[in-house]
Amino acid sequence: MAALGSPARTLRGLLRELRYMNAATGRPYRDTAAYRYLVKAFRAHRVTSEKLCRAQHELHFQAATYLCLLRSIREHVALHQEFHGKGERSVEESAGLVGLKLPHQPGGKGWEP
Amino acid sequence: MWRSCLRLWDEGRRLLNRPRGGLIASVGPGPNPRLQARAYAPLTGPGTEGAWNPGSLASRPLSLQVSWPSLLLPYHLGGGLREERKRFYQNVSITQGEGGFEINLDHRKLKTPQAKLFTVPSEALAIAVATEWDSQQDTIKFYTMHLTTLCNTSLDNPTQRNKDQLIRAAVKFLDTDTICYRVEEPETLVELQKNEWDPVIEWAEKRPFPFRYGVEIGSSTSIMGPSIPARTQEVLISHLASYNMWALQGIEFVVTQLKSMVLTLGLIDLRLTVEQAVLLSRLEEEYQIQKWGNIEWAHDYELQELRARTAAGALFVHLCSESTTVKHKLLRE
Repeated sequence: MAALGSPARTLRGLLRELRYMNAATGRPYRDTAAYRYLVKAFRAHRVTSEKLCRAQHELHFQAATYLCLLRSIREHVALHQEFHGKGERSVEESAGLVGLKLPHQPGGKGWEP
Repeated sequence: MWRSCLRLWDEGRRLLNRPRGGLIASVGPGPNPRLQARAYAPLTGPGTEGAWNPGSLASRPLSLQVSWPSLLLPYHLGGGLREERKRFYQNVSITQGEGGFEINLDHRKLKTPQAKLFTVPSEALAIAVATEWDSQQDTIKFYTMHLTTLCNTSLDNPTQRNKDQLIRAAVKFLDTDTICYRVEEPETLVELQKNEWDPVIEWAEKRPFPFRYGVEIGSSTSIMGPSIPARTQEVLISHLASYNMWALQGIEFVVTQLKSMVLTLGLIDLRLTVEQAVLLSRLEEEYQIQKWGNIEWAHDYELQELRARTAAGALFVHLCSESTTVKHKLLRE
């Protein structure tokens, strides 16, 4: 079967992701609907007297999938910011790369408004 | 390797400055939705789509409100698809309507691109979508909101496909399934493919339900690919027919991401985790990375994006096809 690890670990990871998400907006993460729902779901399905409970496994799997989703979105955005988010250089900067400076035309270029 | 480097190199920005040459010579195959000047091009900033997304049906979210001449200006003068919506709401909340759960941004109800009311059948899905909207800071990055785009696709069905067409589109992937295509050399890669992919194929063939009668999914090294017997396709089609329309959209999305039907079945049946499925789908790439080194801004970027999309699709399928009833005292079914 899939190597999911323990539910406690998944829950910790999920709470950590929620914390990161809400740290930027400044609101405490315990107020979010997602936090309340997750905690309620984990608590409700923790206790089962069956040794191999399919429902429990399914819910844990869904939680692990959601954790993967949050984590990979966060990393993707971070990678994007770092490597692809800077935009193009302006004409002045590009000229400066090779040591040139743009000419200064007092009247402006012909086609500029 | 160069192709995948080029694919991620400032994708949208350069293209917009040179629409004619850039479109053909560009990065990756397939239509680039940003450059089609129709009303439904995605409202994303330049260069945000990252690697080419073949499941782009689900990621063409909103209508474009950009004046046409601005498409022609160079990027740094404010041209191209520069419009990024700022976060215009403070709170995101969920309410329950008659059709299902709805999302409210401040006091406004969320709508799909075709202006239908955004309702989802499952509460967990609604909370996940609300969390997506809530996690946007300053600007709204639609390319991170995979669950929202999946819901939009299911609600709007922009390609107007019915259930049969969806199922057929998904089953067609079995003919060119990644797992069934093997290489002949180098030896280590052949070994790796055998060790990793064979168990999954075996599991798929022997699954207790619905492949009760033993289905065959061979693997082949020829360029024509494996020959899948017709019975396998029928069994698969009837199995997929048991899912509802929303779940099928999700399944088709995951299949196009992973390029493999077998891996998708493994995901849906909880046999593989998302990380495992993505790893198996990218087996050859991982092999090359181990041999030649990892390029963070290309390999990791693609990996995280593939994981995000696959996880979103898998979660979507599970949440749309389940029905939770909590019975206190054992027995769930």
